[in-house]
Amino acid sequence: MTPRRRRMMFVALIVLGVAGATTLALSAFRDNVLYFYSPSDVTAGKVPAGRTFRVGGMVDKGSVMREPGSLEVKFIVTDFAHDVTVKYSGVLPDLFREGQGVIARGRLVDPQGHVFVADEVLAKHDEKYMPPEVAESLKKTHEAQRASRAST
Amino acid sequence: MSVELGHFALILAFCLAVAQSVFGLVGAMPGKSYLQSGVRPAVAGQFVFVVLAFASLALAFQHNDFSVLYVASNSNSQLPAFYRFAAIWGAHEGSLLLWLLVLACWSIAVAAFTKNMPATFVSRVLGVLGLVSAGFALFILATSNPFARLLPAALDGRDLNPLLQDPALAIHPPMLYTGYVGFAVPFAFAVAALLEGKLDPVWARWVRPWTTVAWMFLTVGIALGSWWAYYELGWGGWWFWDPVENASFMPWLAGTALIHSLAVTEKRGLFKSWTLLLAIFAFSLSLVGTFLVRSGVLVSVHAFASDPSRGMFILAFLVICIGGSLSLYAWRAQRFGSTAGFAVVSRESFLLLNNVLLVAAASLILVGTLYPLFLDALHLGKISVGPPYFATVFMIPMLPLLFLLAVGMHAAWKRAKLESVKTKLLVMVGASIALAIIVPLVSYGSVSVLSVIGFTAGMWVLLSSLIEPVSRWRAGHKLSASVLGMSVAHLGLGVFVLGATVVKAYEIEKDLSLTPGQSVTLGNYEFKLNDTRNVVGPNYDAIEATVVVSRLGREVTVLHPQKRTYRVQTNPMTEAGIDPGWNRDVFVAMGEPLGQGAWSFRLQYKPLVRFIWIGAVIMALGGFIGVTDRRYRARVPRSADEAAREATVGA
Repeated sequence: MTPRRRRMMFVALIVLGVAGATTLALSAFRDNVLYFYSPSDVTAGKVPAGRTFRVGGMVDKGSVMREPGSLEVKFIVTDFAHDVTVKYSGVLPDLFREGQGVIARGRLVDPQGHVFVADEVLAKHDEKYMPPEVAESLKKTHEAQRASRAST
Repeated sequence: MSVELGHFALILAFCLAVAQSVFGLVGAMPGKSYLQSGVRPAVAGQFVFVVLAFASLALAFQHNDFSVLYVASNSNSQLPAFYRFAAIWGAHEGSLLLWLLVLACWSIAVAAFTKNMPATFVSRVLGVLGLVSAGFALFILATSNPFARLLPAALDGRDLNPLLQDPALAIHPPMLYTGYVGFAVPFAFAVAALLEGKLDPVWARWVRPWTTVAWMFLTVGIALGSWWAYYELGWGGWWFWDPVENASFMPWLAGTALIHSLAVTEKRGLFKSWTLLLAIFAFSLSLVGTFLVRSGVLVSVHAFASDPSRGMFILAFLVICIGGSLSLYAWRAQRFGSTAGFAVVSRESFLLLNNVLLVAAASLILVGTLYPLFLDALHLGKISVGPPYFATVFMIPMLPLLFLLAVGMHAAWKRAKLESVKTKLLVMVGASIALAIIVPLVSYGSVSVLSVIGFTAGMWVLLSSLIEPVSRWRAGHKLSASVLGMSVAHLGLGVFVLGATVVKAYEIEKDLSLTPGQSVTLGNYEFKLNDTRNVVGPNYDAIEATVVVSRLGREVTVLHPQKRTYRVQTNPMTEAGIDPGWNRDVFVAMGEPLGQGAWSFRLQYKPLVRFIWIGAVIMALGGFIGVTDRRYRARVPRSADEAAREATVGA
């Protein structure tokens, strides 16, 4: 093959590869992007119905309820303005504790009752750490509350 | 030795790194060659002082010097001595010092093993390494000083993160860093070639062993990380497409592409500018990886720092390193044309496809890893990209790669006639398909389309990598280390693919609740919880369960999973009970108490899971064999070498 044809082939291959890769990435992306919502967003009905997403906040103190001997567990995730009840069946992470930050992945089963069924629950990794999404959404709620108090 | 001496040694190391880059780069200019004699002493001096700095920190850890902030934050008087050493790289500051130490080791190795190369060229290579070294030393001194004092001193330390108190994880960072940082060497060679404006097959022969050794360490490092995550962190998963894992995997993919493209550059003098670009990419991705993991952009168990000034520094460093080298590339790359041709069916074409597919996979992973960060930085919402994205965009380029690989290994340079191996390859693909259907049916009782494709790919790669060594051996020919290394590495890949396919298709996982005396079945296995009791470890307390595992009525093993509470950090930790086997693992992890004596458990059956790490180790072994090839050690007489270089410059 002459250098010219080889270069053409190289370019064609790259273009094909990039085009194929982009198509693939875009379609895989659409299906696998998970949005993060705070309990306030969920309560405000900002989450499109039937979509898998992540919700995060603090596990409300005293809200963890479990049937004795069963894996079914229910707890409330709060951003101190609004609550979402999370249902989960399975082993909770080591660092799951009341009063600590948590992120749950799953979907809403009934948008009115704010019951969220989680496929996965993630907890923080050390004492100081709070998931950044949770920290920010808590900060926002806090500021909103301060602002509303100031205006009244 | 007090840590102030270590701090001082680090400052001296920084100065010597600057000297090294000045001597190296200025010394390579016309009329300044008298400066070159200063390069190697500067490398040696820098090495000595970095070792001293590291040693002083190590001593502070061994002597429990809790007046050092870093020691107080990451160690404890109860911590076993081995982990007091591993704790050096248990957090941000120390792991950067380790990074620098590894770079100093690579630099001194380059200085030692390049005596037979042209002096000016080596001077440039060491100069570039000096720049990288100076950048990192400055980073440590300016933003992440591990030698800072804590006054008044702490009574005791806050302890090493319990997750990191594990033998595999203790050696995981040094391995990974040796690989990461090792890509600085091909990077420096590439930048030196760009500065020099010439590149010939001899250059590729110089770079290949360095690249392969770095790749080898990276392979082992990633495998260790995966193994650790499997038994310690992940509740039995071995790869999560976590951004931090991606950060180490992208340089690996680029490095793998580089190894293959270097082969073409060495043997045929082709793909020169592409090879240079890949060398830049591989190291850039290593730097991006460091940035991702260390700047706190990613919050995961690996991300210790969350200080924006560090992030800004690394970002600036990245811009200078990557931007600088890419600009240099843009300016000089057209000098590296080549005129040789090759047929459509030839080893060159196969390796070209290999590169396109590997780079496509790496780019798609990069997009998925960085996209959420960009969105977040632009305040467009917080998203995360789920593992299925990565699995999809990785599998789609990799499957054709595997099938092409089985054939491509046997293609000749220039123009390949595959007639001689055609029959063998066809027989093997038939055998692979048959095995892919029969073995899972017999062992696991079912087959699926994906499992057959994956199994066939793995099996075919494995078998076809044996053709060359076996036929040469039977014909009584000598087998060069290069060919053997290539075959072994590809065999390892086949083993890995088999393991990954089978574990994905046939693993069984179940979360359930067990009370003492209760038993449950999973596949052919029966698990019986005998009791739970308290045990006391050196620096933790634990609740330990006794689970008897039997298969078809016969007792296989007794497992003792634990739920540990480390005394200092008081976080609970799961220590899984694993019964390893060559063909399957049985995995029991304790969840939490459910009341009335019941505990939640995660039980898993993992067929062929060991093949994943064994495959990776075989790949690394292949790299090691390849590096021992004689031609890398052949001493080219200086004059003949120069003549060869001159002869190929115009080409």
